[in-house]
Amino acid sequence: MAIFSVYVVNKAGGLIYQLDSYAPRAEAEKTFSYPLDLLLKLHDERVLVAFGQRDGIRVGHAVLAINGMDVNGKYTADGKEVLEYLANPANYPVSIRFGRPRLTSNEKLMLASMFHSLFAIGSQLSPEQGSSGIEMLETDTFKLHCFQTLTGIKFVVLADPRQAGIDSLLRKIYEIYSDFALKNPFYSLEMPIRASLFTQPSWAPDPSWCGCFAGGRRQLYWLHKSLQPPRRLCSSCNAWQWC
Amino acid sequence: MTVHNLYLFDRNGVCLHYSEWHRKKQAGIPKEEEYKLMYGMLFSIRSFVSKMSPLDMKDGFLAFQTSRYKLHYYETPTGIKVVMNTDLGVGPIRDVLHHIYSALYVELVVKNPLCPLGQTVQSELFRCRLDSYVRSLPFFSARAG
Repeated sequence: MAIFSVYVVNKAGGLIYQLDSYAPRAEAEKTFSYPLDLLLKLHDERVLVAFGQRDGIRVGHAVLAINGMDVNGKYTADGKEVLEYLANPANYPVSIRFGRPRLTSNEKLMLASMFHSLFAIGSQLSPEQGSSGIEMLETDTFKLHCFQTLTGIKFVVLADPRQAGIDSLLRKIYEIYSDFALKNPFYSLEMPIRASLFTQPSWAPDPSWCGCFAGGRRQLYWLHKSLQPPRRLCSSCNAWQWC
Repeated sequence: MTVHNLYLFDRNGVCLHYSEWHRKKQAGIPKEEEYKLMYGMLFSIRSFVSKMSPLDMKDGFLAFQTSRYKLHYYETPTGIKVVMNTDLGVGPIRDVLHHIYSALYVELVVKNPLCPLGQTVQSELFRCRLDSYVRSLPFFSARAG
């Protein structure tokens, strides 16, 4: 059970906030001797496995590190091309770490605007009157939940398929966005959110998230008394509170 | 619970078959355009989902739902795509879509020498059997409207 990532997309399809909260898994490190028994190819400025799936290394995985040094796209840590480096017998034996390619910030921007269009097409192709766009998208490894506000901002959460209570999380994120991004006088609408109150990890969903943010929010208020929002009547204890 | 419509695409994006049962709203564009839009959306969702996934995927994209309908998706290793739109109350129907592929499409179209592959299915037998199969589904109800 986990929350994998959170995306906030503005009404034009631009990504204004993104958070990842998963540790990369399924990485495999192996030592190879000269003729490399994997076929590697260059794709989107990354070196990917094209053929030769084995020992946890799967087709589509990227070269993440060579001899313990992280690679930088298609270049090694000292600026040589990975494919050239691995073609040279003098560099062997070599230890290579493979794993799922991580998303760059450019790709995240692209995926956010892609979802924005898919959302619109989903509502256009509806067989029923008055349908919204995609609210929940299900795959075998994750579920994507999307909440669009009346003003057109989309909050997108990627979570484990069995994780419950995402709807309340989405509304909570909306509330935090309204309180800490919109009410911040230095925030300009539709622009990436940099307000530290919104982005700081004390409210961020951690993998053991249990469905309640109250603790984190109270802590936020403690730390930033100067930015307290107006008090309101608490529905559970029926008293004027900060909760 | 009800079934709205069903699309069958081949791996090149040709719409092999389309049928509808309780469809209350048309997309407002010609049918050919609608098939292209649907195939394009599924194609993009597939690539979107494979990039977004935090883990390696096996089946990939399964379904999405909006406030009014749910789209179920099933793809075979050969790239045939079966897409069924139902209302929100319908759970996972992977086995139903697999049955449409294996017991109807393969048996009545692929094994039929008179049906050229890669074109809209003309077989009347396939249409009838598909229609009666969908009508016999437990979540298919002839709700008026």
